[in-house]
Amino acid sequence: MTIAASVLDGVRTRRRRVAGNTVVVWVCAAIVGLALLLAVFGPALAPHDPDAADLTYANVGPVAGHPLGFDSQGRDLLSRLLAGARTSMAGPALVVVLAMAGGTVLAVVSAWAGRWIDATLSAVMDVLFAFPAVLLAVLAAAVFGPGLTAPTLVLALAYTPYVARVLRGAALRERAQPYIAACEVQGLSAFTICLRHLVPNIAPMMAAQGTLLFGYAMVDFAAISFMGLGVQPPTSDWGVMVSTGQPGVLQGYPAESLTAGLCIVVVVVAVNLLGERLSQRSEGR
Amino acid sequence: MTEEPVLRVTGLRREFGGVVAVDGVDFEIPRGGSLAIVGESGSGKSTVANMVVGLCAPTAGTITACGRDRSRPARSAKERRLRGREVQIVFQDPYASLDPRHCAEQTLDEVLRLHRADDGKQQRQARVAELGDLVGLDARQMRARPRALSGGQRQRIAIARALAAEPEVIILDESVAALDVLVQAQVLNLLADIRERTGVSYLLISHDLGVVRQITDETVVMRRGRIIERGPTADVLAHPRQPYTQVLRDSVPHAGWKPTRALRALTEGAQPS
Repeated sequence: MTIAASVLDGVRTRRRRVAGNTVVVWVCAAIVGLALLLAVFGPALAPHDPDAADLTYANVGPVAGHPLGFDSQGRDLLSRLLAGARTSMAGPALVVVLAMAGGTVLAVVSAWAGRWIDATLSAVMDVLFAFPAVLLAVLAAAVFGPGLTAPTLVLALAYTPYVARVLRGAALRERAQPYIAACEVQGLSAFTICLRHLVPNIAPMMAAQGTLLFGYAMVDFAAISFMGLGVQPPTSDWGVMVSTGQPGVLQGYPAESLTAGLCIVVVVVAVNLLGERLSQRSEGR
Repeated sequence: MTEEPVLRVTGLRREFGGVVAVDGVDFEIPRGGSLAIVGESGSGKSTVANMVVGLCAPTAGTITACGRDRSRPARSAKERRLRGREVQIVFQDPYASLDPRHCAEQTLDEVLRLHRADDGKQQRQARVAELGDLVGLDARQMRARPRALSGGQRQRIAIARALAAEPEVIILDESVAALDVLVQAQVLNLLADIRERTGVSYLLISHDLGVVRQITDETVVMRRGRIIERGPTADVLAHPRQPYTQVLRDSVPHAGWKPTRALRALTEGAQPS
């Protein structure tokens, strides 16, 4: 092969790889968009009452009007998946909002103040790193009783240091830029500079972090629900459905666990891929 | 009676850990005057600039601008604004000294909002256009993100931003060093022009003696944190008294220039390795 041909070949593979990347990003974005739509409209789209049980249909496969069949209590599976979309994604979304808010404030304060404030905050975060998020959430559920509120708050608290650590690095980088110094020389207050200049410039990093965090939080919530400490039956939730479908898996009716598990996996994978691409882009800026 | 200098620095000293970066620096700039601080990298000239502008606090010594002390960090918002109207700075790197998300109009408007709070929207717009004219930017460039502009155009925005607060002194911290020679000449002309029109004073920090010659009246030479020579720019450059200043002058590349062995011995002797 001549040099020119090999160069051309290299260009072609690179172009193909770039094209592949964009396709993945678009597919992921489409899946995440669809998941968000379902979270908002899912319960309204459910063709049947997700909680209406009819034991004569227990574990019956797909029939007309019920494309996914029924669960072990004879409830329409599709309706339960649609209705569960909201509860399965509301918790992680709230965790993302809270942890991002807390993490951003900590990161910016650390980066701006520096010295002993930065050292103290970093030390406190190091201590929080020692506790796995799920462990804390289980502890909170044990103390405050099952439900969504306690795990949400605790997961938000547990993820705040992760967000804060990554954003602190980004904030420190921006803090050292001369354009921030120029604002200081003008006489703008630290608060104004952070709000108008520093935070908007770390926003791409924040978007990437938030997206990745959503994926992690969703898996954690599924685990918590699976253990029976989160959302309580009969409320439909994907994590709960994986759990309640367990006996069915052993008896040869895996539809409930599999479909709910698949929903979780597809959304989490799409969200994580998207988050990784976003963070690559914000790094390479 | 002599007029109060617009900037007076006495006994300025700054230590970083155990290292003395600036040691006993004194100088004054008369109203409308312009002073150059020259020296090699690490001679402490940029630290002096940062202290004068208030980005780092001196270990000892006083800095007085327009008759007001600014040796210690500003305590109040009002004090910060007042200081902003005394001394401004144009940094070396035009690629990092502008917020990548704001166009020139937004950047200037923000400054005007801060320093001319009484002006209405239309007055501010008029002033932004005026500043754009002054530094030679057209309407398209004023609305473009910094990413879409060249280094010279960005540096013009940085100069306009420094001028927007109508300061008495502008510090030019290697402000043309990152530009190519042609653009450098344009920006230097612009700076000389602005000084003539507005009567602003310059404190030029540079290692480039050609630049120093063009826009300053007085020069001080710094080496290892101390001022070792001072005088009118033309004198210092034509008849340097210190061997170090001669080395600096002779280090400027010119036709047939060679880094001779003697020159190398002098520079290396200046920085024992």
